[in-house]
Amino acid sequence: MRGLYTIFNKELADYLMSWRGIILFAVALLVTIVAIYGPAGALSNIRAQLEEPTQYGQTQFVFLTLFTTSGEGSYAFLFFMTMFVVPIVGVVLGFDAINREKSSGTLSRLLSQPIYRDTVFNGKFLAGIVTMAILLTSIVLLVAGLGMRVIGVPPSSEEALRLFLFLVLTTLYGAFWLGLSMLFSILFNRVATSAMASIAVWIFFLLYTLTGFIPSAIANLRAPISETSTTQELIRYATIQVTATRVSPIYLFQEAMYVLLAPGTRTATEYLQIYASGAEWMPGPLPLGQTMITIWPHLVTFVAIAAVCFGVSYYRFTREEIRST
Amino acid sequence: MFIVETKDLTKTYGDITAVDQLNLHIDAGDIFGFLGPNGAGKTTTILMLLGLTEPTSGTAYVAGYNSTREPLNVKRITGYVPEKVGFYDDLTAAYNLTYTARLNGLSEVLTNKRIAEALDIVGLPKAAERKVGEFSRGMKQRLAIADILVKQPKIAIMDEPTSGIDPEGIVQMLDLIAKIAKERKMTVIMSSHQLYQVQRICNRVGMLMNGRLVVAGLLDELSKEAMGSSQFSIEVKLTEITQAVIEAIKRISGVLSIERSKDKLSVSCSEDLRPQVARAIVDAGGLMIEMKIQSYALEDIYLKYFREG
Repeated sequence: MRGLYTIFNKELADYLMSWRGIILFAVALLVTIVAIYGPAGALSNIRAQLEEPTQYGQTQFVFLTLFTTSGEGSYAFLFFMTMFVVPIVGVVLGFDAINREKSSGTLSRLLSQPIYRDTVFNGKFLAGIVTMAILLTSIVLLVAGLGMRVIGVPPSSEEALRLFLFLVLTTLYGAFWLGLSMLFSILFNRVATSAMASIAVWIFFLLYTLTGFIPSAIANLRAPISETSTTQELIRYATIQVTATRVSPIYLFQEAMYVLLAPGTRTATEYLQIYASGAEWMPGPLPLGQTMITIWPHLVTFVAIAAVCFGVSYYRFTREEIRST
Repeated sequence: MFIVETKDLTKTYGDITAVDQLNLHIDAGDIFGFLGPNGAGKTTTILMLLGLTEPTSGTAYVAGYNSTREPLNVKRITGYVPEKVGFYDDLTAAYNLTYTARLNGLSEVLTNKRIAEALDIVGLPKAAERKVGEFSRGMKQRLAIADILVKQPKIAIMDEPTSGIDPEGIVQMLDLIAKIAKERKMTVIMSSHQLYQVQRICNRVGMLMNGRLVVAGLLDELSKEAMGSSQFSIEVKLTEITQAVIEAIKRISGVLSIERSKDKLSVSCSEDLRPQVARAIVDAGGLMIEMKIQSYALEDIYLKYFREG
C-alpha cells in the first residue's frame, strides 16, 4: 500500500505540474469555450423551449440540453467530448507511461525497490484516472456554471444527479482509453510507436463511427434491402447496422450518454426512437432508474473492455523482463 | 553461509543459453568483480539475482532468500545500479532520492538526513536542488551511488558502474565504491568487462564467458596460482635513461628482456626482481621516480577466453 501511495503521489504530481498538465487544462478551457459559445443558435433554441412548453414535458430538462444540443456549424458538448476530448486525454495521459521509464532507465531502478511490480502499473493507472476526473469535473463545472449565466436556469436536482453520473461514467470511458494507451506503452518499447498505435485505434473508431461505412457494408451483406423491402426486412437491416456500429466504443458510449443526458429518449437504439417519439401512449421523459436500466448493457460492456485492457497490461507487465537498455 | 549463492542457475532465450548452470558463491563483505565480455551473461545473472527475470532452471539465493519466490525480501536488502542508470530528468536530484527512500518506507527525517549525507559522500552536495536532466553521465553515476547510500542495503549490485565516464572519473568511482563498501561493511557485486577495474578494488572475481563461469575465486589466490607459470613485468620510470642502467639491469640473473620507451623501461623477468632491479639502477647512477610490477597472468587468462569467445 505504501508503495502504491508513493507512486500514485509522484505520478499525480507529474501529471498536474508538468507541461502535459498545463496543456491538458488549456484544452479543457478551450472545450468549455467551444461548448458554451459555439452553439450560439442552440442557446436561443433553449430559450425558445423555455417560453413555449412542448409536449411530453421536454421543458423539464432544459439545463441538460446545454450538453446535448449543437448550434450551427459546431458540435454538441456531448459529441465533442466522446469523439475527441476524452479519447485524446486518455491517450495523452497513458501513451508513454511505461516505455518512457524503460527508455530513460528508471524502470529497472524502480523495480529493484521493495514493491510489487503491479504496484507501479496500478499507481500510474490510478493517477491517470484521478487526473482525468479532475479535468472532466472542471470542464463540466465550467460549462454548467457558464451555462447557468447564459440561459439563466439552474439545474434541477435530478439534472445535477444525471450530470454527476455523466461525470462518473465519462471517467470510466476515459479509463478505457487510458488503459488502452498504457497497454500500448507496455507492448511497444518506443514512445513514438505507442503514441501512434493509440492514435491509430482512436482514429479508426472515430472514422468507423462517423462514416458508418463498415456497418452499412456488413448490413448490406447480411440483409440486403431494396425499395420493395418489407418493414421487417428494413428493421433487420437497421438492427444489424446498429449492432455493427456498437462495436466502436465511441459510438457505444455516445449512445449511452445521450440517453442519460436527454431523458426524453426512451431507447438507446436510434431507429427505434422514431417509433418511440411518435408514441403517444408513453409520454414524458424516462425516470432516472429506467434510464440506467436502458444503458446498463452499455456500462457493463465498458467495464468489461476496460477490464480486458487492464488485465492484458497487467499480465504482460508482470511477466516482462526488465532490462535497462 | 554465503550471502549470494546460485545453484545451477540457467537462463535460455530460445536456442541461446545466456547463463549456463552458474554456481556462484559470494561471502558477506566481499567486493566481487563479475568479469566478462559484453554478452557473457553478466546482466542476465544480475537480473535473476534481483528477481527481475525468472531463471529457466536453477535457483538464486540472496541472504538466504530465494530470488524468484521472495523477490521483495531480496529487494529490501539489495541496492541496484543498472547499466544505463536513469533518473527522472525533470525532477531534482534530491527528489529522485526521496522517491527511492519513500518506496523503501524511510521516515521523512531519516530520508533528509541520509540524502544530505549521501550527496556529500559522492561529491554532489551542491547539486541537490538541480534537475537531473542537467547532469553529466558521471554525475548521474555518482547520483546512483548516492541512491544506494540512501537505501543502505546489505548488498549493492552494480552493473558496469563505470561505463560512459572518463578515465579519471572511473578511478574516482572505483575508489568511492571501495571506500563505501569498506566503511558500511557492504557486500558489493560489480560487473565489468575491464580486468584492471576489477583488479583495483575487488577481492573476489568470477569470470563469465558465454554464460559459463570459467574462473572464480579470491583475487590473491588466483594471481598467485597464475604467477607460478608466468612472467612478470617491472615498469621503471627514471629521470634519465642511460646505457649504464640498461646494462646493469641486463646483468641481473632472471631478467629475460628489457624494453625502452621514452622515459620508461619495461623489464620482463621470471620472478619478482624488484629489489635487485632497484639496486642495479642506483648502483649504475640512475635516479628512479617510479616502479611498478604487473603480473599479466590473469589478463592472459582473460584475453585467452576473450579470443575464444
